[in-house]
Amino acid sequence: MVIAIGFEGSANKLGIGIVKEGVVLSNPRRTYITPPGEGFLPRETAQHHRQNALIVLQEALEEAKIKAEDVDVVCYTKGPGMGAPLVSTSVVALTVAQLWNKPVIGVNHCIGHIEMGRLITGADNPTVLYVSGGNTQVIAYARKRYRIFGETIDIAVGNCLDRFARVLKLSNDPSPGYNIEQMAKKGNKLLKMPYAVKGMDVSFSGILSFMEERAQGLLDSGEYTPEDLCFSLQETIFAMLVETTERAMAHCESSEVLIVGGVGCNLRLQEMMGIMCSERNAKLFATDERFCIDNGAMIAHAGSEMFKHGWKTPWNETTCTQRYRTDEVEVIWRDD
Amino acid sequence: MSSELEGFEMMKQGAEGRLFRGAYLGKPTVVKERFKKMYRHPDLDEHLTKDRIKAEARAIVRSKAAGVRTPCLYHVDFNQRRLYMEDIVGSVTVKKFIKDSLIGCSDEEAMVKIKPVAYEIGSIIGRLHAHHIIHGDLTTSNILYSLSESSKIVLTLIDFGLSHIDNSAEDKGVDLYVLERALLSTHSNADKMFPIILQAYKKANSQESKTILAKFEEVRARGRKRTMVG
Ligand SMILES: Nc1ncnc2c1ncn2[C@@H]1O[C@H](COP(=O)(O)OP(=O)(O)O)[C@@H](O)[C@H]1O
Ligand SMILES: [Mg+2]
Repeated sequence: MVIAIGFEGSANKLGIGIVKEGVVLSNPRRTYITPPGEGFLPRETAQHHRQNALIVLQEALEEAKIKAEDVDVVCYTKGPGMGAPLVSTSVVALTVAQLWNKPVIGVNHCIGHIEMGRLITGADNPTVLYVSGGNTQVIAYARKRYRIFGETIDIAVGNCLDRFARVLKLSNDPSPGYNIEQMAKKGNKLLKMPYAVKGMDVSFSGILSFMEERAQGLLDSGEYTPEDLCFSLQETIFAMLVETTERAMAHCESSEVLIVGGVGCNLRLQEMMGIMCSERNAKLFATDERFCIDNGAMIAHAGSEMFKHGWKTPWNETTCTQRYRTDEVEVIWRDD
Repeated sequence: MSSELEGFEMMKQGAEGRLFRGAYLGKPTVVKERFKKMYRHPDLDEHLTKDRIKAEARAIVRSKAAGVRTPCLYHVDFNQRRLYMEDIVGSVTVKKFIKDSLIGCSDEEAMVKIKPVAYEIGSIIGRLHAHHIIHGDLTTSNILYSLSESSKIVLTLIDFGLSHIDNSAEDKGVDLYVLERALLSTHSNADKMFPIILQAYKKANSQESKTILAKFEEVRARGRKRTMVG
């Protein structure tokens, strides 16, 4: 019975989770929230993680009701992510591993999301839509890799949403995306904006600059309400995501979709994906904010899969990397 | 309201629409129906569907003029959101052809069969680009493989919904990049196929290939460099 502890801090969430054979024993988390109109910067975010690491660690151990010696392996996010927050979190993980004398595993953040999604939902071999503040990818498993079929060619969908929230000066609490989602529920007038799908790839930067340039004028003229703009943005960019996911499904002849990553807890996105799936007799799998949003348990779970298949990260390779593509990891724990 | 397609049978559901097989004016016909996608806003759906049907109908005709084989276009019905086109009888997708070639063969043996197909893929894309047609969704699901009566390889390019006309090296470079990525993620022997494709491409689009391939390298480097945070 492998017990793994996972440390995640690649963006503005610090999470530490403990997982025992696919059962989440604890998964506490803290989010660094910036004032309206401001994004999070590496230095301040890293500081937030440092300040909270020991408290969250204690919570994780207490809630799981285990002692340090019960842990079999210490897992941390190796990347991708922001340099300073990644390092500030991994330092804690590596120190703990030394103190407790446990092996260490550096985990790819995206793989963490995928494996956690599969564990929680029971999806077997899904086409994965991975959508977060820093990533937008359509992924499918083949020949020991999670292969990227489509991705954003510029900014991530979550980044587009966050930056638009800043234009409207929406609160970052609990997250800009959540507040856009709530506003969008009250909007109904669709603004026509660029729709950028290239094969299985998408682009959001044109949409963002279109909105940044026009938002104020459209609001001032009274033509559109802030709610309408949130609605229009969501309807357009989510349609692009659902369309590219469907393209990948058709190409791979897949009949399952799994949505992971922070934007994946958006219920409108889930609803749209669900309708697309029902139109082609496929099945949708999604999770709620506990597991969609960055958390420690996902790193612990992916790490324990690697550990059980004989993997350990050599001490001199326990580094972090801002760029770490999903398809770089050999998926040793799947035989299909 | 969509009306019944009499005498047609559903063939498969593709990425954008449903495909039906039957006869139209006595000829074997495939109907591609871009049915209403209920997941997206009706205005957006209407507008995208119109655009794509238009783009597809235009590019089918233009590509033929450029010497690239496409299905003959028989009829466009905007109200029913349907395109009627020639059924490429006896064809399989290049994706299926490649997968089947690998069954029970060594990689080397399979490559003997696949090589001429890869070469032909490069030639048709080269011709397409020489005429400034950007396909927009180049994958091995969107190229059909068949044999002529004299057993020659015939490739037919389909699925032009995302196509457009553009003479920029950027768009052509992206078109090649989309293809390379689709190959790499789908086929285990992609690394052997793609150089052959490029070789044929250079020959078929000799005038511009230097600039386009430079652009392609640039687009590729951009992809690798993309930072991925959180
Ligand atoms: N003219 C045709 N003749 C024979 N098969 C076709 C023809 N057009 C499409 N198909 C088959 O239908 C599939 C989907 O068609 P496609 O035009 O690519 O639609 P989608 O945009 O939905 O992917 C193709 O991969 C191919 O197998
Ligand atoms: Mg297709």
